[in-house]
Amino acid sequence: MRRGTRLVMVMSAMLLVLAAASLATGRGGHLLSGPTDEAEARLLRLILWELRLPRLVLALLVGAALGLSGAVLQGLTRNPLAEPGLLGVSSGAALGAVIAIYTGLGFLWSLSIPLLGLAGAFGATALTLTLGGGGGVLVLILAGAAVSGLMLAGTALALNLAPNPYAAYEITQWMMGSLADRSWHEVLLAAPFVLAGSALLLSTGRGLDALSLGELQATSLGVDLARLRRRVLLGTALAVGAATAVTGAIGFIGLLAPHLVRARVGHQPGRVLWPAALCGALLLLAADLATRVVPLQPELKLGVLTALVGTPFFLWLVWRMKRVAT
Amino acid sequence: MTLLAAVDLRVERAGRVILDGIGVAAQPGEFIAVIGPNGAGKSTLLRVLAGLQSPDRGGVTLGGKELTGRTLSSEDLRQLARLRAFLPQGAHCEWPIAVERLVGLGLTPSLPALGDFTLSDRARIDAALEACDLSAQRQQPVTTLSGGELARAMLARALVGDPEVLMVDEPLAGLDPRHTQDAARRLQLLAAGGKLVIASVHDLTIALRRATRVWALKEGRLLADGPPPSVMTAELLRELFDLEASVAGSGARAYIDF
Repeated sequence: MRRGTRLVMVMSAMLLVLAAASLATGRGGHLLSGPTDEAEARLLRLILWELRLPRLVLALLVGAALGLSGAVLQGLTRNPLAEPGLLGVSSGAALGAVIAIYTGLGFLWSLSIPLLGLAGAFGATALTLTLGGGGGVLVLILAGAAVSGLMLAGTALALNLAPNPYAAYEITQWMMGSLADRSWHEVLLAAPFVLAGSALLLSTGRGLDALSLGELQATSLGVDLARLRRRVLLGTALAVGAATAVTGAIGFIGLLAPHLVRARVGHQPGRVLWPAALCGALLLLAADLATRVVPLQPELKLGVLTALVGTPFFLWLVWRMKRVAT
Repeated sequence: MTLLAAVDLRVERAGRVILDGIGVAAQPGEFIAVIGPNGAGKSTLLRVLAGLQSPDRGGVTLGGKELTGRTLSSEDLRQLARLRAFLPQGAHCEWPIAVERLVGLGLTPSLPALGDFTLSDRARIDAALEACDLSAQRQQPVTTLSGGELARAMLARALVGDPEVLMVDEPLAGLDPRHTQDAARRLQLLAAGGKLVIASVHDLTIALRRATRVWALKEGRLLADGPPPSVMTAELLRELFDLEASVAGSGARAYIDF
């Protein structure tokens, strides 16, 4: 317990430092040392309040949602390689958003992109639950893989049939995932869903703990597995669906975050949840900061960076599992 | 008072009959040893009696509640979990959590949705660890335990909630002689204290000396049901295991040899 508390405190402190850095990083840095006149003061307020702060809040929300749902899914499947993309949630959200861009709806009304993204996440989840519900975790994973494949195929189809190069460009840009140019609109749209989903996910701790003993023993301990699975799926659809809908696809955070904290809380699945959420927020904030600091033109996309950094980690994980297995 | 009753249980899997026409009843204070060859249906019977598997025919009543013929609600499952503990054969844990945490999982049905163990929870965990001789290993990851140590940890997990009914599938498998005797004595004491204990065992001498009753299963049928000395005769054991057996001694010195 004490180890877990210390971990949470250390990560919270790091989060504060990174949050401050995030607010101060970018153009207009000279204003922070003290605006000289009224116009500069207004500009500073505008930059901080309308650009940096929504970006920061969104990074925290999305990172926490990804880290938390990764931890819950790994606990549910008892598979350390599980992540939010597994159930088709992310690809469903991506397809919804892509449809909004493809049909031109996104240009007429920009909020249609996240809204359709959310609808896509729910559609995919409903499909996964219909196909794989009531058949155990393995069936659920297989159903998720099938739904995920279907959503990816739909996305590829949209790219293939894109009416003009600009639409195709928009779609690929969106799929790389980014926090750039997000406003309070996006934050307010995503926040209720992310918070509600996270609350659902956080309530699964006891069930996940019992599941460490396998499905039979968990049931014998009074855990309603069907209900637990529904909760996990709904929570993930809400939290990750809303997150993906406003930021685009961001991989690896959900996979990485639980691994980074698991050993420090004694591997118990229910105790991984809060630290994994915190760690996810920390990772996403750091990654977003990195995209702004790395001097590349055009700006490095967040989803690209997490994939670049995440893949070697994934390989390291595979290598370590192989070593443990032999 | 009948605590557990099963009527005319039948279970089929892939066209094979696993349990056939089994009817049993049990009272508090009994230590029932379920014996029989591999594939006799012992594990299936325990799962059905524990309310974890629905029979194709027949019904089970535990603590006055019907367990079969309907889907158990979340609340039913939790109530059932507080009443009886169940331990499957060869139980293991998927994550390398500490032994004391594993044992603490046995308290799941009585814990609130959030929060850590209370002082009385901790005292129960300590007692269960002590009872199963695991105090020295309490901080050790369960995945590093030996097979016998893991079996003891799982037994501690089943005992920690102090259930009225304990159903354990081969709890003595893999234990060394001393811990076998310890565990068997513990089950016997629980029954003597008014609990109902049902355990499948392969150590027939232990069943003969310590159980208050024996259910002998073969090919899904109940061959015999009664006090060990009257059930465990050379004749029945030969029929049960297709092996010549001799029963010698009596009371605490009785033993069975093949």
